[in-house]
Amino acid sequence: MSRTTTARRGFDWSQPVIYLVALLAVGLTVAPVIYLVIGGFRTTGQLTANPNALPAPWVLDNYASVLASPTFWSQAANSAITALATTAGVVLLGVMAAFVLARYEFRARNGLYLLFTVGLLFPITVAIVPLYLMLQNLGLLGSLAGVIIPQVAFALPVTIVILVPFLRAIPGELEDAAAIDGTSRIGFFFRILLPLSGPGLVTVGVLAFVGSWNAYLLPLLVLSDPTSFTLPLGVQAFSTQYSQDTAMVLAFTSLAMLPALVFFTIAERRIVGGLTGAVKG
Amino acid sequence: MTPTDPTVLATDTRRDSAAGRANARPAAESDTSPSTPTVRRTGRGSRRKSLEIVLFVAPALLVYVGFVLLPVVLAAYYSVYKWNGLGPLEDFVGLDNYTRALSDPVFIGAMGHNLFFVVASLVVQGPIAIGVALLLNRAMRGRSIFRVIIFIPYVLSEVISAVAWLLILQPQGPFDAVMEAVGLGDLRQLWLADLNVVIWTLLAVVSWKYVGFAIILFLAGLQGVPEELTEAAQIDGASWWQVQRHITIPLLGPTIRIWAFLSIIGSLQLFDMVWVMTGGGPANASSTMATYMIQFGFQRSQLGFGSAIAVILFVISFTFALIYQRFVLRRDTEGALTRGVG
Repeated sequence: MSRTTTARRGFDWSQPVIYLVALLAVGLTVAPVIYLVIGGFRTTGQLTANPNALPAPWVLDNYASVLASPTFWSQAANSAITALATTAGVVLLGVMAAFVLARYEFRARNGLYLLFTVGLLFPITVAIVPLYLMLQNLGLLGSLAGVIIPQVAFALPVTIVILVPFLRAIPGELEDAAAIDGTSRIGFFFRILLPLSGPGLVTVGVLAFVGSWNAYLLPLLVLSDPTSFTLPLGVQAFSTQYSQDTAMVLAFTSLAMLPALVFFTIAERRIVGGLTGAVKG
Repeated sequence: MTPTDPTVLATDTRRDSAAGRANARPAAESDTSPSTPTVRRTGRGSRRKSLEIVLFVAPALLVYVGFVLLPVVLAAYYSVYKWNGLGPLEDFVGLDNYTRALSDPVFIGAMGHNLFFVVASLVVQGPIAIGVALLLNRAMRGRSIFRVIIFIPYVLSEVISAVAWLLILQPQGPFDAVMEAVGLGDLRQLWLADLNVVIWTLLAVVSWKYVGFAIILFLAGLQGVPEELTEAAQIDGASWWQVQRHITIPLLGPTIRIWAFLSIIGSLQLFDMVWVMTGGGPANASSTMATYMIQFGFQRSQLGFGSAIAVILFVISFTFALIYQRFVLRRDTEGALTRGVG
């Protein structure tokens, strides 16, 4: 019986269909990405002559000159600084607030939670005009801080909504035990709660990082000097500036998307795992 | 179920432990005998507890109120003025900005485009995402690689995706060459410059970008579908498709409803990709409410008018969210957005 099942599964008629569909999906997904990367190894002359041929010969000049340009590196650094600072800010402020909302009994608690949840309905687009003026008055236009602080603020609602269930899920007995052992609530927070809520923290961290790394509208309005650009702004500016040199734009765009791809490949499991918790609870 | 799965513990222990702890403390205080150290700590507890609450919540609350709530309120305030952002706010025009927007055919057109994206995104992305997620949920060789690859567009920034597609879709570009090669050369279009084609092109690119997010969500949701159920059905002789149709997809319902919610809100806010690829053109044929707002609010410095657009955009999203929660998400008792902490 078991042998026949195994054999059937091995030659299941649906298997080829499934692989076909999967390959089709994968093809449609990556074709543009592969085109960018390979296109960067061609010359613009080659591209014009035949848009889809393989590089003949393979040219390294485009990638070399992008990698040698200080603009690319300063923009990559700006993106990294902005994304890391946003992530750190969101996770720190978010976990502190979520801790109180999850584990303290007090009158204003539900109201506070509601106040933060309402923020899920305020996309940055709605607030962008007054935000721009505020940043102007605070002297933050043109600086990365002007991007980081609002990004932290707008990422807080989803962070808190994801973290509160994580922090609640840690059994009260642990807290009681810690209290009996003489640990304060704050000590409990640092020594027990933070380590145990690791997966939740990673999820919100990854979401904040990806969101900040890809952000466009806020940096577009706040940053005006090309040396302060983040990569998305840099890619757009570069593609306009070098619109005659398609191969160069392909190389620049390929290199700009590389960090996000590497980061995501590492964090993929965490994103799926973390969303499971968020979606269900 | 992993030990860190929050829902398992949360649903069972929440009520009891919260209530238990709430009752335990006052009770302990009432039969105080000052000599025991535990009780002394509890006695000082309430003031210290308030201090902790304030210290822990204040930073998040300040940033959130200052940079999210305040700007939203200010947008409503600016929206009743005619203002270019310079000088005092004194040219009060009442609801003029609103009537101006709602009587501008370009803005009405932009709202229509948003509506198009709302409906078309659901219809295009939903079935594809469910299909791919069910597929990737099967035991198959190379599954984890497929998974990683399919999420790539979701991780790429909107701008990079948009620039990539601009290059691919340019006239005589690689996409046209592919069409030619497979014998569809006659169907070539000015993908981003034809008034009637541009919005369909954008729909295709937007779907390419965001379908991965739907797949991620659905795969996460599928992990919550108990294997015993599908195994039992298989033993009873149900085919793979029957199992999916009658067990898996219905159990995926809550996830589908949350995805639809996020997708609709996202389509209403659509900005980045449209702005980079077409700027709302040609001749406003692909403008959205958000691109319209940036055009007027920033490029033409009509901050009062731009704020009115922002408020309209918000009211539409908010009304939709309320109705959706009331009539759709309510069915999902576990919907994280629908309930408070307690």
